Amino acid sequence: MNASLAAAASATSTGEAVQFWLLGTVAVIGALSTVLMKKAVHSALSLAGTMIVLAVFYLANGAYFLGIVQIVVYTGAIMMLFLFVVMLVGVTAADSLKETIKGQRWLAAGCGLGFGVLLIAGIGQASLRGYNGLGAANALHGGNVEGLANLIFTKYVFAFEITGALLITATVGAMLLTHRERTERAKTQRELSQERVRSSHLPPLPAPGVYARHNAVDIAGLLPDGTPSELTVMQTLRRRGQIRDVSGEALADLKALEQRSGERLGRGLADRAGASEDHAEEGEEVAK
Amino acid sequence: MNPVNYLYLAALLFTIGASGVLIRRNAIVVFMCIELMLNACNLALVSFSRMHGNLDGQILAFFTMVVAAAEVVVGLAIIVSLFRSRHSASVDDASLMKL
Repeated sequence: MNASLAAAASATSTGEAVQFWLLGTVAVIGALSTVLMKKAVHSALSLAGTMIVLAVFYLANGAYFLGIVQIVVYTGAIMMLFLFVVMLVGVTAADSLKETIKGQRWLAAGCGLGFGVLLIAGIGQASLRGYNGLGAANALHGGNVEGLANLIFTKYVFAFEITGALLITATVGAMLLTHRERTERAKTQRELSQERVRSSHLPPLPAPGVYARHNAVDIAGLLPDGTPSELTVMQTLRRRGQIRDVSGEALADLKALEQRSGERLGRGLADRAGASEDHAEEGEEVAK
Repeated sequence: MNPVNYLYLAALLFTIGASGVLIRRNAIVVFMCIELMLNACNLALVSFSRMHGNLDGQILAFFTMVVAAAEVVVGLAIIVSLFRSRHSASVDDASLMKL
């Protein structure tokens, strides 16, 4: 077992090369779509894909413990935390596409390109031709996890303790940042009822939706004069600006129908020769 | 294949993440790009560990992961509280201290 592991970790097989080129492409595509996708959810999913690919690379590099930790901590915990925050902040919070600083995007892309060229040229210049492989290091204490544990609890034990302090500080900090102290007393039921009687809306708020046509909660109900009433849509959707307006739809439909029938009747009177065309158009409309 | 290719890949991912931090203005996406840069560093550390044949690189990558986890927790808490007070997750809107 150990001998085969050692052999796998000290020589790069053809299989690993194929894996590298295939999954490396996937990782780069995922990273690019993290940067380029307009919606935060899509970015998060692309980043999760890239992280899974990186976990496979860790496993291929002989870092068995880190490969599993990468999947559990990064894709399992951190990316899900990101998705939760995206959900809290609102999926529709897409980036505005107008630039606040003129030419900033191109400058940034140019800087990134230059930085990448520098970095890659630096790696190319370094003399990294031969490599040792992890077989001996992993086998020294009986495995990758045992070897890491040996290092953590002897050489790096102080850093490990500090890490514990860092984690507890981060937890307390996150709790403090997201916790909101109640500054005023909660209103009693009597006070709430008195407030309601004094306000202009004694009965319940009108329901959203347009009778017999649309009953979704994001569609404002219509007032007698046909204008939508924002009061019928719940506060959250109102604040996000996600109210759909369908008040003009019925009239627009009617207008389009009248226009179509007018066209057809006019053409039918004008010439009987185009009857086959008419039939074809009719078929299209039915399909629509 | 030489394991140096892993280093090239790590450099590429780091560059993409850095450009993302400069280009994007949604705070959450900027944060994701920072995570991408951290991951690229981890990949470089792991492949260095393999090249030199000792486990210290992996220990360093492990500590990077722990610090990244702590950083994500605090950073996302800051983004959530910023969103609560300003109703926006754009980094351009947090310009209160601008002259």
